[in-house]
Amino acid sequence: MISIDLLQKTAETLMDKAAIEIPDDYLAGLQAAAKSEDGELSSFVLSAMLENYEAAKQDRRAMCGDTGTPRWYVKMGNEAQIDGGPVALEAALRRATANRTDGVPLRPNRVHPLWRTDHNNNVGINAPEIEYGFEPAGSWIDLITVHKGGLFGTDYRMLFPSDGIKGIKRFYLDCLVAFGKRGLACQPAIIGIGLGGGKDTCMVLGKRAACLRVVGDRNPDPRIAELEDELKELGNSIGMGAMGFVGKNMVIDTNIEVGFCHTGGMQMSVHAFCLSSRRAVARVYDDGRVEYRTDPNWFTAYQRRETVEWPADTIEASQ
Amino acid sequence: MKPRHITLSTTPSAHDIAGLRLGDIVYLDGLMYTAREGVYMRALEVKANIPEELPSQSAANFHCSPAAAIREDGTFDMGAVTATASFRFAKWLPEWMAKTGAKLIIGKGGMSSKDYKEYFVPNGAVYLSTVGYGTGALLGRGVEKVEAVHWHEELGLAQAMWVIKCNHMGPFIVASDLEGNCLFERENARISEKITRVYEGTRPAVLKRFGETDDRNDELIG
Repeated sequence: MISIDLLQKTAETLMDKAAIEIPDDYLAGLQAAAKSEDGELSSFVLSAMLENYEAAKQDRRAMCGDTGTPRWYVKMGNEAQIDGGPVALEAALRRATANRTDGVPLRPNRVHPLWRTDHNNNVGINAPEIEYGFEPAGSWIDLITVHKGGLFGTDYRMLFPSDGIKGIKRFYLDCLVAFGKRGLACQPAIIGIGLGGGKDTCMVLGKRAACLRVVGDRNPDPRIAELEDELKELGNSIGMGAMGFVGKNMVIDTNIEVGFCHTGGMQMSVHAFCLSSRRAVARVYDDGRVEYRTDPNWFTAYQRRETVEWPADTIEASQ
Repeated sequence: MKPRHITLSTTPSAHDIAGLRLGDIVYLDGLMYTAREGVYMRALEVKANIPEELPSQSAANFHCSPAAAIREDGTFDMGAVTATASFRFAKWLPEWMAKTGAKLIIGKGGMSSKDYKEYFVPNGAVYLSTVGYGTGALLGRGVEKVEAVHWHEELGLAQAMWVIKCNHMGPFIVASDLEGNCLFERENARISEKITRVYEGTRPAVLKRFGETDDRNDELIG
């Protein structure tokens, strides 16, 4: 049984970490970008961002004043049990979100879409989102919080098989160029691409590809991995950099996730994470241990499973 | 060539503003206030009295909602400070500038050169962009003190009018000048020259969208 108090305490720590500490994989990616950048203004922007990460950590203040829209991904091992059940967990995550919005402080971004009511705590109707995943073995819970920016850099398009890879590249470039101008996408960022599913699944996969995979990670399908490399390079050959200034770094990495779709279609979504790439992860065990990390490791072999059954002898491979 | 670094008052003289060039890096001293759609609507549409003496106290309007909280004892805790995209406020800005004498509009992404020529230049005002986006922690360090917060009960913390005392707050980038030139449009034009070759080997989607264009000089705003 996993203690609900421990879950809430851990969730509160994660809220702070996500807002304040730039994840190592993204930091290394941005440092490499800063080294290669020769655009005069783009270079200045990247060095200012690197300084900003240091200031945030030293002062324990948020990296960015725009908190985005904090959300939760919960992954449970098949044997995990929560003190109070899933309803208690959801209450704990909502409390953690509200408490640390005030505590860090974060910007209370979440308002009613029509009446603009602001509870000043980032909690409201359907907010924060809580999404779930499961793994075949384990009595732990992974808590992941992502504070992704909310307004620009994301788009969806219904493509068809006849559009092919050329059509994928076109829509990818269209998104980067359109949202890259004036830096609306807060680039250079991790770009997530969803392919297939339905419209909703496609958006979910693309967002998770941007927010739940780390820089340098590759899709296990070698042809998709090759496309990830190709698209990363394509994005960085536009001639645009940070803030839409002349430069060569638009993309820190490109991640693709796929889902089986209607035989006539090839849905595509593009999602830009941002210069603050706010994500934080902890695994909470039933014996009270908590392990913090920055790699969500969401897309396991089990999450990407392709067959009807999940045979017991493959459980080990999923760990 | 490295950008120039300049320290500027939030009540700058006409001479100070005339000296700014596109791409200069600016740090601000003095009082600055946040105002975005909530404040604009309340001041210009509901006609509520603006609770500060503008522009004598401040001529610097920041398109920003800070990550901040009001403590139980009435003190403020301001952490990170980051701008929001300004193009959405073009509807209110001409009237706002006329009413408040704002000389520095500070935000994210700038406006169009049309906006600059139509109402920035006649008002002797320029646009400063935040950097990144966003260097929220660095800008937060530049907040010496929160002087006041207005209308937080009516508008919520994010839309409230925060009055901030800046001490070498920055960096910001000069994104317009008194001729109405736009830094972002200049950069767009330089990038657009070479973009056709990047699109080689791609193809437009078989299913079109209404209103779609093939002109890559276009942008989403303006």
